[in-house]
Amino acid sequence: MTAAQKSVSTTRRIKVLLAKPGLDGHDQGAKVVVRALMDAGMEVIYTGLRQTPEAVARMALDEDVDVIALSSLAGSHVPFCTKLKPLLEANHLQDKLWVIGGNLPAQDHDVLRQLGFTGIFPTGSKLDAIVDYIREHVK
Amino acid sequence: MNDRAKDELKPVTNESGIEVKPLYTAADVEASGGLTMLGQPGEYPFTRGIHRLMYRKQPWTMRQYAGFGNPADTNKRFKYLIANGQTGLNVAFDLPTQIGLDSDDPLAEGEIGRVGMSVDTLRDFEVAFDGIDLNKITVSLTINGAAAILIAMYLAMAEKRGYDVKQLRGTAQNDILKEFIGRGTWIFPVEPSIRLVGDTIEYCAEHAPKYSPVSVCGYHIRESGANPAQEMAYAFCIAKAYADDVIKRGLHVDEFAGRLSYNFNIFGNLFEQVAKFRAGRGLWAKIMKEQYGAEKPGSMWLRMIAAGGGGGLTFEQPEVNIVRGAYYALISALSGTQTMALCSYDEAYTIPTEYSARISLRTMQLLIEEMGLTETVDPLGGSFYVETLTNQMRQKMEEIMAEVDAQGGIVKLVSEGAIQSKVSAQAYKMQRDIESGKFRKVGVNCYRNEKEEEHPVEFHPYNEEDTRVQIAGLNKIRAERDPAKVSQALGRLSADASAGRNVMPALVEAVKAYATVGEMTQEMVKIFGRYQEPIRF
Repeated sequence: MTAAQKSVSTTRRIKVLLAKPGLDGHDQGAKVVVRALMDAGMEVIYTGLRQTPEAVARMALDEDVDVIALSSLAGSHVPFCTKLKPLLEANHLQDKLWVIGGNLPAQDHDVLRQLGFTGIFPTGSKLDAIVDYIREHVK
Repeated sequence: MNDRAKDELKPVTNESGIEVKPLYTAADVEASGGLTMLGQPGEYPFTRGIHRLMYRKQPWTMRQYAGFGNPADTNKRFKYLIANGQTGLNVAFDLPTQIGLDSDDPLAEGEIGRVGMSVDTLRDFEVAFDGIDLNKITVSLTINGAAAILIAMYLAMAEKRGYDVKQLRGTAQNDILKEFIGRGTWIFPVEPSIRLVGDTIEYCAEHAPKYSPVSVCGYHIRESGANPAQEMAYAFCIAKAYADDVIKRGLHVDEFAGRLSYNFNIFGNLFEQVAKFRAGRGLWAKIMKEQYGAEKPGSMWLRMIAAGGGGGLTFEQPEVNIVRGAYYALISALSGTQTMALCSYDEAYTIPTEYSARISLRTMQLLIEEMGLTETVDPLGGSFYVETLTNQMRQKMEEIMAEVDAQGGIVKLVSEGAIQSKVSAQAYKMQRDIESGKFRKVGVNCYRNEKEEEHPVEFHPYNEEDTRVQIAGLNKIRAERDPAKVSQALGRLSADASAGRNVMPALVEAVKAYATVGEMTQEMVKIFGRYQEPIRF
């Protein structure tokens, strides 16, 4: 089954929370990804800047999203995800798809994967690669 | 060229939407408006340069963006750059400082000293600039949301070291409207934020008349997705919003406009960029003279840093960014800028190392020493192509500015998120064009390496210990300072903010009492509130 067929077979649109964690103000990339996901037919809730781990977990729960996506460019992705993981788990969101994009040095990818962020999209990733990954892996 | 050859050519349009012809002649210059806006360098409308002799008299200032960790770490990097021939400083602050948080604020955890140096009190400035002669090296503070506080801190630090503040030069970025469009280090809502910019301009006009309290940034609007004509047009709209605020207070334009400055981006098509700067100089002079009644030439000058180019650099094949940077520096020199800075080749990955920062510096020095860029003013002036494009870019900018006015003005459009939405839609289109190969990027969608190197750059280490040291220093200051003086100054700040008085005198008093960035911000948040980001796609 191709990714496109799978998404058609699900009964509702894929719903994504796209959050800007921490104090980082670089939102050009996040906004570009929001548009790509919307163009791909997904429903996207963009949080805007300066979200705490608590706020991300709460919104993910309240909005009943399928995907929790973070965009981080100012280097605090590991401490942020370390705090976010237990909060998502406490809200029983571990079965959702967790993805992260931005300025993510290769040496941090294993740590991010261990923290549950299976989809890692460093600078230079293609929009279609993000869309396809979400379609294929959303649970 | 015969018609058939012409038909075979694919049409070319630059990023600003102007069609580019294969050949330009005097007829094109004439058709685009002639040379009526050209003039002489140093004379209205300053299209060819704001000074008569430009770099022949003094080359551009070289001002690499730098700062990380504690003020002591940053002081060391500053001294390294100065020892290598840098002639100005451009200070990077960490995110907590930029949005007015103390280092021990829970929201600051993990961010201390990460993307710039951390500053809590005046003591940090004393350490950061220790041993640097502030008369010889001018300092630019890349600070926006918390700019009023850090300008007060800089002036207080200079005064404490015995400098005459009336003679002190330097710049603060302090362009909050562009922070709402891109970059995102806002604190207060739009209206009080503009008022704070007005406060700094008004205060400096009287107390620090050689200090440039604002550097209006097209730069980040461009990074957010604006094309070159929009970059400059939006920046002018923003500068006018600040000028209007100050004029409402009763100041004449000539009392402050001479200290307004600009920050523009340099990536993209070389000719379009050079035409952008030449066009912008003429347009800004015309706006100041005709719309604001400026009489002093200095009030009409588009003084600028033409810098960075971060948006043009690539993650792929980072070493090729050294070459891109060299072309960007060339654009900057050909544009007649006052100050130049380059993003370093590793900047898509990390904070530049000493090594990569030095390469950027050498790139600029090479243009001065070997390439003859300082010998002649406006060397592209008179080119049929450049003059035509300069006219066309100016007309484009005027159209964009008129459109902003017709839609209710820049303050309204930024408050509603309309500009943000427009530029992010363009950024999306550009990203799609890059991914499809329509917009060519070497190493990204053409001439890719079969295999990217695994460790192409050296990562700047983040030192967790810096946080502990910074917080310990902050606690020491809190214990040593006179609490009565702090609370008196903060009370004055609150009263002045609430009564609509200029907050700068109270901020200077508070800074001198070693009030913290977080304390001063909190006092103002109580009065002004916090910005709520409009989410609009």
